[in-house]
Amino acid sequence: MRISPEDVEKLALMSCLELREEEKAAYTKFLQAGLDYIDKLNELATAAVEPAVHVLPRVNVFREDTIETGLDKALALANAPEKEAGSFKVPRIV
Amino acid sequence: MSKYEAVIGLEVHVELKTATKLFCGCSTEFGKEPNTQVCPVCLGLPGSTGVLNKKAVELATKAGLALNCEIGTYTWFDRKNYFYPDLPKGFQISQFFRPIAYNGYLDIEVNGQKKRIRITRAHLEEDPGKLAHAGESITTSSASFVDYNRSGIPLIEIVSEPDLRSGEEAKAYLEKLKAILEYAGVSDVKMEQGSLRCDANVSVRPIGSTVLGTKTEIKNMNSFRAVQRAIEYEIERQIELLEDGEAVIQETRGWVEDKGITVSMRSKEHPDYRCFVEHEISAIELTPEWIEKVRASLPELPDARKKRLVEELGLPAYDAGVITSSLALAEFFDAVYEKYPDAKTVSNWIMGELLRLLNARNVELSEAKITPAGLAKLLELIKQGTISNNMGKKVFELMFEEGKDPEQIVKEKGMVQISDEGQLTQILTEVIAQNPKSVADFQSGKEQAIGFLVGQVMKATKGQANPGVVNKMLRKMLKKEE
Amino acid sequence: MQLSTLTVHQLSELMAQKEISSVELTNAYLERISKVEEKIQAFITITKEEALAQAQAIDKKRMQGEELSPLAGIPMAVSDNICTEGIKTTCASNILYNYLPPADATVVARLKQAGSVLIGKTNLDEFAMGSSTEYSALFKTKNPFALQAVPGGSNGGAAAAVAAGETAFALGSDTAGDIRQPAAFCGVVGFKPTYGHVPRTGLVSYASSLDQIGPLARDITDLALILNAICGHDSKDSTSATVEVPDFQGSLVNDVRGLKIGLPKEYFKAEIAPPVAAKIQEAIRQLEDLGAVCLEVSLPHTEYAVMAHYTISCAEASSNLARYDGVRYGLRVEAEDVTSMFAKTRGQGFGPEAKKRILLGTRVLSKECYDKYYTQALKARVLNKQDFDRVWAQVDCLLTPATLTTAFKIGDKENDSLAMYLSNYCAIPANLAGLPALVLPFGLVDGMPVGLQLIGNHFTEQTLLRVGYTLERNTDQTCLRPALA
Repeated sequence: MRISPEDVEKLALMSCLELREEEKAAYTKFLQAGLDYIDKLNELATAAVEPAVHVLPRVNVFREDTIETGLDKALALANAPEKEAGSFKVPRIV
Repeated sequence: MSKYEAVIGLEVHVELKTATKLFCGCSTEFGKEPNTQVCPVCLGLPGSTGVLNKKAVELATKAGLALNCEIGTYTWFDRKNYFYPDLPKGFQISQFFRPIAYNGYLDIEVNGQKKRIRITRAHLEEDPGKLAHAGESITTSSASFVDYNRSGIPLIEIVSEPDLRSGEEAKAYLEKLKAILEYAGVSDVKMEQGSLRCDANVSVRPIGSTVLGTKTEIKNMNSFRAVQRAIEYEIERQIELLEDGEAVIQETRGWVEDKGITVSMRSKEHPDYRCFVEHEISAIELTPEWIEKVRASLPELPDARKKRLVEELGLPAYDAGVITSSLALAEFFDAVYEKYPDAKTVSNWIMGELLRLLNARNVELSEAKITPAGLAKLLELIKQGTISNNMGKKVFELMFEEGKDPEQIVKEKGMVQISDEGQLTQILTEVIAQNPKSVADFQSGKEQAIGFLVGQVMKATKGQANPGVVNKMLRKMLKKEE
Repeated sequence: MQLSTLTVHQLSELMAQKEISSVELTNAYLERISKVEEKIQAFITITKEEALAQAQAIDKKRMQGEELSPLAGIPMAVSDNICTEGIKTTCASNILYNYLPPADATVVARLKQAGSVLIGKTNLDEFAMGSSTEYSALFKTKNPFALQAVPGGSNGGAAAAVAAGETAFALGSDTAGDIRQPAAFCGVVGFKPTYGHVPRTGLVSYASSLDQIGPLARDITDLALILNAICGHDSKDSTSATVEVPDFQGSLVNDVRGLKIGLPKEYFKAEIAPPVAAKIQEAIRQLEDLGAVCLEVSLPHTEYAVMAHYTISCAEASSNLARYDGVRYGLRVEAEDVTSMFAKTRGQGFGPEAKKRILLGTRVLSKECYDKYYTQALKARVLNKQDFDRVWAQVDCLLTPATLTTAFKIGDKENDSLAMYLSNYCAIPANLAGLPALVLPFGLVDGMPVGLQLIGNHFTEQTLLRVGYTLERNTDQTCLRPALA
């Protein structure tokens, strides 16, 4: 399956990455090589194999519904690039 | 207009009544200062790891059972990947592949017609944070503010099959759903507080067609009534488009309450969420025994309760329906009935005075000061004739506002009904003397005239006279004078 | 004897005998850093004040006769993708250039509890994606054995710091051989525990179902000491195993008689550099002389395991890196609207390798490709595990080369991401199956270290430590020192 620069643009949009033109070209090449490589997985006869859903055999790892101390507001906002009135500030959404 | 039928499905998000969030120990309490109920997990800080809240799984199972669903014995969580400022991890942990509950239903009744609405699935997921906007709305703001207190609160998303056919049915579905979940004790289901949210998927098609029309998703409806109005508007809008030869565009539309219209929000070109298994949270394995234990813990649900009120207490179906529409109301009824076992009377007062005042004052039953014991006492007073029915209504209102004992109120306000003929004779005589025309009217056969005279007596006694006694006495006196 | 060449257990003994204090030891290491760090560039942050304060506190406790852990007062370095409270944790990325975690990772807290002294945060490939540390957004770390060679990756800084004597031991993370390959390239010992044995709380996720924290040190005994401190259940990590932690020091037994060691033929393939192959054969003969039985086995799906790992790790990475959006922490590139802000922040904040893997992962998970790549990879994952399960019926552990070559030159593979990734071929299948694996040095080839790898079944760390320890006791090939002034 060939990957086109338009495919890369779509992927960049989906993953919220703004790419420069030279990046688009380079990454198209990279993706082609990468996908060709993993495509070989389809050489495997896997019809009878159930895919591994969970890696660990443990199930029902729960916690009780009791309140635990979290972060105080100052610490929660400490790394915020922009904040106002105790909230994280972001530019126009729509 | 009747050439088309509407096909409606509802997606309802309900916040589960847990003390803490789905994957961390932060409190779920509503209305706190922004970003004061957060931790590395619900903030999506680098290196954070979550653990599943057991209570959330229990409540989700309970909700599924209350909605007649099958419960999945082996389910897990998946990541729904998309970008939005209120989504701290850039993905929402939800259940895409295997919902915890599926294949359920609930029954509604609209205009006397019973209908079963199928429920496709109910699954667990986490709530994103909350956005506030600098301007009036999201579309007019140059900046927005994110509060992550809500981020991570456990939700169940309940998806119905597109079995609904009108805005009215949709409203009935929501009312029933709310009642069921309230009874089951899984959520506060308060739309005003955001613990219940609803989106509607609406399409139309020619009657008789089995092919689904293009659907739109309607958001931003903040009350059940808004849901009904929005759906009704959207149905008409779509029909008009089709009749004009235009096509319905698949998109997301927002309900604008004050204009009564839906407006296009964004093209609902289904985003690819690239769902895959969430490895950081363990899978859930539920045994049939455990599921049965949860089922046994369910209280009597609305339909069963309504049936009991009709069959055992002889209440009319309509009354039983109103009484059981909310758990609080149903429990209030039961408590009054226990002390005053006249189902119809109790029901009349609840449906009449109680609901009237609750609506007029816009308060919850829990905020009204009247108690079941108080109402029972009031009914007893009326039955004994100590006060008239009308006076009773006044007392009720005072009990509602102030929570006082009815006997105390009656004494304080001097509302004791005057039934003693000796006391009344004087007043009646005066009223008869002052209203010769009405007297003449009555004596000449106009029955209604006595009503006026009774009214005058009531006025003169400030409503304290026993109208039944007055009526009887007047008739006797007027016949005599004939 | 230079303090910066001693092992943790040797230093611990010196301190217990009160021959040196922790402050003296810490200063010795800080001095060593000031001498060689300019050449090596292993550290992103050096925490001098904090280290000395911690050292002072330990010395006080020791003075008061308190019972201390063998790790008390020992300088440690932590890879910069493991959270340290109040200390910059960047993952070697511009997008986290100023991030200050509000809490220590569980492993850091455990080591602090044991009294270890944090001397600094080490360099790595950005977000642990890479095999040479050349993809760090900050600078390239050098191999102490040859400054024009890579130290390996992604945790090259940790391995280089241990090899160069800039720290007594280090903590790193291993998703695709990121502890083991640098350990092999830098001539130190490295261990990737069984998945779930060491809590991931506070490890910045790259691929959640593969990431595991582990130690790098100078000898097997040190590994045992560190593993005892960091292994064990953490109730805050759902993937944390509840298996009881054995006393790893008890497995330090000089005896491999009767032990069956498998040699998977798929790891001894044509691409392995002949001198490296020769060294590994030497090690095998050594073990046989010591009484072990070495036999050829087969893991037929090895090639596909590497493909599956690439698919799964990129897929998970594309999701795990979605939280870096400029809203709550890290870099923010201003823009008029939030979507542009996301796109610009991520476009400028991530380096090329991270972006490539995000794109590949996004593609793999997209609805057109999901079954073709991702589901297939999940199936290959099962087949890989089955390969290993079959083999455990025949042998107690496996022995393979740690890498196919010795450390390559800086710049050699930098422009070929796929080749860079595949250079970790030998390490990857163990990550995919969550198996424990140990790397220890075995001699030099043209002055560059060769590493051998031991892989075991889940929770058989003790067997691996025993084999490694025995080899260590019976040969001088496992103790390598760079000729760094």
